[in-house]
Amino acid sequence: MSKFKDAEHLVRLAMAFALVAAVFLLVRAHFIPKSFGQYGHYRGDALAELADKPLHYAGHQTCETCHSDVLELKKAGKHVGVNCESCHGPLARHAEDPASVVPQLPDTAVLCARCHETNLAKPKNFPQVVSAEHSGGVVCKTCHQPHNPLLPQESGKTGGKQS
Amino acid sequence: MITRRKMLVLLPAAAVAWKFVLAGTPAEAPGYHPSTPTAGALGTPGYDHSQHWWGMLLDIDKCIGCGSCVRACSNENNVPEGYFRTWVERYHVSGWEQEVPQVDSPNGALNGFPPSKFEGGKNFFVPKMCNHCKDSPCTQVCPVGATLHTPDGVVLVDEKYCLGCRYCIQACPYGCRFLNPTKRTAEKCSLCYHRITKGLTTACCENCPTGARQLVDLKDPNDPIHEYLKTHSVQVLKPHLATGAKAFYHDLDGSVR
Repeated sequence: MSKFKDAEHLVRLAMAFALVAAVFLLVRAHFIPKSFGQYGHYRGDALAELADKPLHYAGHQTCETCHSDVLELKKAGKHVGVNCESCHGPLARHAEDPASVVPQLPDTAVLCARCHETNLAKPKNFPQVVSAEHSGGVVCKTCHQPHNPLLPQESGKTGGKQS
Repeated sequence: MITRRKMLVLLPAAAVAWKFVLAGTPAEAPGYHPSTPTAGALGTPGYDHSQHWWGMLLDIDKCIGCGSCVRACSNENNVPEGYFRTWVERYHVSGWEQEVPQVDSPNGALNGFPPSKFEGGKNFFVPKMCNHCKDSPCTQVCPVGATLHTPDGVVLVDEKYCLGCRYCIQACPYGCRFLNPTKRTAEKCSLCYHRITKGLTTACCENCPTGARQLVDLKDPNDPIHEYLKTHSVQVLKPHLATGAKAFYHDLDGSVR
């Protein structure tokens, strides 16, 4: 028994350790989110939050459910790979509520030049024009139908459809 | 026999052990199964992120520098003005001096490019974005676990957890990160995580008129990327850094940094 004559010191020490450990665990439980470490060293709930952000672009599949006529028109021409919202802008809200959100028609004078204005850095096989020489300021859609832009006199060569 | 010396060692050891006992209880870490993530846990029914491994294919030969991807990204993700999650660079390489290409990217190519000034040499566009690296330097340096690597191979920022310390911005070798000027948190390309988990493609791929950008799922055996990688010359940016980048460039010029 004489060996444990200082036992009360040890009890005090043990209580101090227990207190520190308890405070540590409480603080830890309070500050670390429940999902931390679910998939890795980060908050697992963040994945669901980031996956839940709102859409702005509806996607061409959504557009085509209603506008299948335009899809048919595009299929006949070179613009078949150009998705609707690439020119018409983000229209997820139009897809949700077609009646009240009406998209504006893009200005072809600006729109077409973004892709088709001549630039040395563009791939050589991509159709390019210097718009000032090509049309002299006349708006593109005066002659070209944007969904199938090949002109009627050219259509024989590539099988393009007239509109 | 327990001596005083033994007791002094055992008590803190017991305290540490108790901490681990608590950490392992369900209240502390619900559903901790790193190898089997819960299917549809993302609030998107049917999306199992153990079944995907996302990346992107960027075809230099098809990029026309129209900036559709940059505008799409800005609209989709509310990117603050003057900052870019994706942007397009125009390269001009005049001769043997591959180390000093002339590069410009006016306003990130948000409105495309003015005509090239340089005749001759090589001129081409390079779309840039987060490379969604497998071993990303940015996630390694984050001190709080706010930059994360998802089980489906996307590098994301948890903006609720980010302190805005900017370590990740300096760590990214591709310059793909910035500090959001209003939120004061790090921001970057999320590979449109809110779209790809719903079965849609990213905003930039959706709006690329020439198909120069393609979202690829390397875990999908039916994805055309597998055939493409076998039959085309494909590189990643800065391969010497061993970041495990998943933005694959077709016909990348040696001058591109």
